[in-house]
Amino acid sequence: MSAATKKYLRIAFGLAVIAALIFVPMNFNRYGLFILSQWAVMTIAAMGLNLTLGYAGQVSLAQGAFVGIGAYTAAIMTTQGLPLIGALGVSIVLCFAIGWLLGYPALRVQHHYLAFVTLAFSTLAFLVFRNEDWLTKGIYGISNIPRPHLFGFATNKPLPFYYVCLGSLGIVSLAVWWLIRSPWGRAFVALRENPIRALSLGIDTRRYTLMAFAIGSALGGVAGTLYAPLTQYIDPVPFNLSLSLDLLMMVIVGGSGFYFGPFLGAMIAVLLPEWLRFTQGYYLMLYALAVILLLIYSPTGILGILDRYLTERRTKAASALREVAKPKLETAA
Amino acid sequence: MSAVLEVSGIKKSFGGITAVDGVSFDVHEGEILGLIGPNGCGKSTLFNCILGQLTPSGGEVKVDGKVVTGLRPSELNKLGVSRTFQLLQVFPKLSVRENLILAGQEHQGNMASRLFGPSDAGLSGAADQMIGFFKLDHLATEQAGGLSYGQQKLLDVAMAFMGGPRLVLLDEPAGGVNLTMLGDLKERLAAINREKRATFVVIEHNMEFVMSLCTRVMVMAEGKVLAMGKPNEVRANPAVIEAYLGH
Repeated sequence: MSAATKKYLRIAFGLAVIAALIFVPMNFNRYGLFILSQWAVMTIAAMGLNLTLGYAGQVSLAQGAFVGIGAYTAAIMTTQGLPLIGALGVSIVLCFAIGWLLGYPALRVQHHYLAFVTLAFSTLAFLVFRNEDWLTKGIYGISNIPRPHLFGFATNKPLPFYYVCLGSLGIVSLAVWWLIRSPWGRAFVALRENPIRALSLGIDTRRYTLMAFAIGSALGGVAGTLYAPLTQYIDPVPFNLSLSLDLLMMVIVGGSGFYFGPFLGAMIAVLLPEWLRFTQGYYLMLYALAVILLLIYSPTGILGILDRYLTERRTKAASALREVAKPKLETAA
Repeated sequence: MSAVLEVSGIKKSFGGITAVDGVSFDVHEGEILGLIGPNGCGKSTLFNCILGQLTPSGGEVKVDGKVVTGLRPSELNKLGVSRTFQLLQVFPKLSVRENLILAGQEHQGNMASRLFGPSDAGLSGAADQMIGFFKLDHLATEQAGGLSYGQQKLLDVAMAFMGGPRLVLLDEPAGGVNLTMLGDLKERLAAINREKRATFVVIEHNMEFVMSLCTRVMVMAEGKVLAMGKPNEVRANPAVIEAYLGH
């Protein structure tokens, strides 16, 4: 198959998936649309973490806290009559700034030490959500969070709001695609693979580390801003450490450092439990077992398996070409 | 000729051990200075002190007359100082072309233009030229991690030149490279030195490589400068023969 054919096949497959995401849910019930919207929201949050962890190699156990900050910002502002788009702007700026500050420890500590720093931040954020009643209404939470009117259209019903979530995912996906293909994306990879060499090539590893944290956190904020009107009620519990761990699992299971990893990881984390409901109480056990087996077989996640297969195929093809060229080269020598 | 690099009394101690003990030397524009000496004599530590990877315990480093002691490696790179490491340091997941673009991209524009500008930072042409120069044409789109050791070494060296440096410090560029590729590498380095007036400092154990490439050779032993001179003078120096070259 030629490279052009492969390219067209990939484009056709992408278009088919987008069309399916637009048209198939039209027949879904309320619950189905909620689950699919949740997938879109969690994919955005996981894309942020994938940027910080997968591309830039900085461990973070705080992504759930940023989803919480975004959700509370949206809930507080929209219940006061302010527009969701304004809340989105505030969430992005707030999470970017906090993420930037949280990146400073990453300049001094790495790996599990950094994980503990971000874990402490996650706990701190949860305590603020729970204890600062004057702002967050504490354990009682914030209810009646409105869904927005966009371009004159109400999105109160599940299907229109699903399209809001899907559209947001589309915009974020394009932005992240742009980012990782830009020189910044390349610098993030350099930061992950070899920070000392990156420094020697003029890459300001400090600035890129902070940027990786800030942008990843801002995407967590975007996800949170959508999460609040999706559920229309928030309390501190969904934003505790387990959300950060879930998001981490989404990134790792899907394939850390792969563009489509978060899409797949979020799909498995959000949709698989629904599909496994027929197993009743066993679904969590089956899920845990599947994750353990996957990570033993392929620590680079599901897309890591595909990547390994493609690399092997490419290597074999290159070796075959070299074998063919060998006699000619020897004659030339 | 003006001095591109001036090193004065550089010292570096690790606890009670003095790895570099008051080393001073100059490197002039267009010169290739070889740095030789037995293992553990402080060559790589000296490189790391010059390049900001380590903070020297004493002394001063100047590049083009400007004091750069203590500057971060990325800041030094922006001033036109580049390096390679003793061990291979390519980015295995990136293709050969992407490695080269990465190596030069921070010299193009600013943070904003690198985000909103073209994804190759306008360096595809320069990268392809470098690929051709180092005879890696057939490997341009291959992942660097899949290349042979010698090919990765060539890529590693090529990356050091992507930012158009004035001064390049090469740490054992010939290590582990087969004879054919070694000849290619020497020829490429000599050509860059000749055509672009680039200045090199080369740490190397391969004496044939050093003696045929370098215009001057500095010998270190036990953290100090043992001898300095033209290759044939150093080769005949009894102290050098005693400490390093052998009889």
